[in-house]
Amino acid sequence: MSMRVDLSIIQDWVATNSRVLDLGCGDGTLMATLRDNKNVGGYGLEIGADEITACIAKQVNVIEQNLDDGLSNFSDNSFDTVIMTQALQAMRFPHLVLDEMLRVGQECIVTFPNFGHWKARWHLALNGRMPVSDLLPYEWYDTPNIHFCTFNDFEVLCREKNIHILNRQVVAEGHLSVLKDLRPNLFGETALYHLSLEPKESSQ
Amino acid sequence: MSKAEQADSVGIVTEELHHFDVPLDLACGVTLKSYDLMIETYGTLNQSRSNAVLICHALSGDHHAAGYHSESDAKPGWWDAYIGPGKPIDTNQFFVVSLNNLGGCNGSTGPSSINPDTESVWGKDFPKLRVRDWVESQARLADRFGIQQWAAVIGGSLGGMQAMRWALEYPERLQSCVVIASAMKLTAQNIAFNETARQAILSDPEYCDGDYLAQNTYPKSGLSVARMIGHITYLSDDAMGKRFGRELKAGSFQRGIDDAVEFQVESYLRHQGDVFSKKFDANTYILMTKALDYFDLAREYNENAVEAFKLAKCKFMVISFTTDWRFSPERSKEIVNALMDANKTVSYAEIKSNYGHDAFLLPNKRYEQVFRQHLNTLSIDEVAS
Repeated sequence: MSMRVDLSIIQDWVATNSRVLDLGCGDGTLMATLRDNKNVGGYGLEIGADEITACIAKQVNVIEQNLDDGLSNFSDNSFDTVIMTQALQAMRFPHLVLDEMLRVGQECIVTFPNFGHWKARWHLALNGRMPVSDLLPYEWYDTPNIHFCTFNDFEVLCREKNIHILNRQVVAEGHLSVLKDLRPNLFGETALYHLSLEPKESSQ
Repeated sequence: MSKAEQADSVGIVTEELHHFDVPLDLACGVTLKSYDLMIETYGTLNQSRSNAVLICHALSGDHHAAGYHSESDAKPGWWDAYIGPGKPIDTNQFFVVSLNNLGGCNGSTGPSSINPDTESVWGKDFPKLRVRDWVESQARLADRFGIQQWAAVIGGSLGGMQAMRWALEYPERLQSCVVIASAMKLTAQNIAFNETARQAILSDPEYCDGDYLAQNTYPKSGLSVARMIGHITYLSDDAMGKRFGRELKAGSFQRGIDDAVEFQVESYLRHQGDVFSKKFDANTYILMTKALDYFDLAREYNENAVEAFKLAKCKFMVISFTTDWRFSPERSKEIVNALMDANKTVSYAEIKSNYGHDAFLLPNKRYEQVFRQHLNTLSIDEVAS
């Protein structure tokens, strides 16, 4: 999946001039994009040394903080949007992280890889082994991704927690990507969810 | 090639004494009629005077932050690892100003100077100083150079407190505030260490109630113990263990032999205390530790650090070290959290190091990178005068 698609969808969901907290902000590309295009302020949290240096070089506010230690240093509703891209599956307690994101932010945006994608299903069904692919390149024993879910799993969790899905987008690459709208849980590679505890009009 | 001739050294440097005649009203209510500040500068001030960086020193630091005073100098200034051509505080880019703070004992007016009113040594009667007094005197130093705004005010430990005070007192006069291994206020444990060090000095009979210079004595052993106590707290358990372990400097535990046993760590600490006590003034040590204890960033802002930081206009870089227990990462996180709540521009890095509080002075690749990247983002005019 190209980063561009990911970024442009998130950018559409984030309000101009708003305050954003980006959990696991990487090299700061997303925060820099939001700052440059939508005058968004806020902070990225990161633990990777090289990524932190890259953020500083981009003049993105970056705070060295381990997400597994929680967000207790942030007060309720102190950000408009809390974002976590491609990291929910690497959290020790994804459901608690989600709670925290919705406590600290009015809204939140999460993106994660779909473990129900046909390639993953095919790999497990045919080989009887945990899927390893270009999208999920790790062996089971050294993967940072410890809590995989499918889109359906995630939506069940949202229902149980009374979390409102304001927007959902599914991204896929390759010639089968046209099928993603038809059967997202089978053909979508990455999901982007825009969530809130309050029901709101969809912005799209 | 001597060390001073190396390409990344500022080389041989010369100290300058600046005299100030305009009286300085101190926080304690006393007015200092006139005073001297001993300083060093490295690099060149550009035409727009926009590339100046102020270095604020810690407890026992002074103006000699980089380079050598002579070819025969064994050691460079205390922050030579970070100041010089191509180093994080790059003297090809920045004009670096480093001073001995008021109350110091390396050329600036302090307890060992002459009180013009009495024409004898100030001694223990030298006014108690607070961090804000230093900031005030540093602002006058900036005026003297015609520096309207520092590109950065930088300090570690007690120096970080000065940098933060700058951000609140003179928000327009700094573009960036770099706070390293510091705190918004000391913890009780931290004050306790300072008080124990002070008591070591005060209980030395040679201290003579602070009048040792007039009495022609010197509380060498008291100051030495004070430094030993401090030194232990600047190192980590791990670093001490790795460096000294239980190695013996002298004697043995062999049966039948009654040699006096001396551990390496004992010998090392005594040496550190000894060297320090020969070059530092006991009253200055007391004054500096008290300034540390008294500092409380938010005291005048309803004890609310967020409210305090709302006044700041600069960007902040906060750095801590994993094994620093004297100014632990927790203290730095408190600074960062308050800055985020105040919606300020801030980045924070927690540098992995085994060297405890001393890490802020020592070479460390990641620390250098973060520091350098932050200073690279400052906007300064390229044209040098």
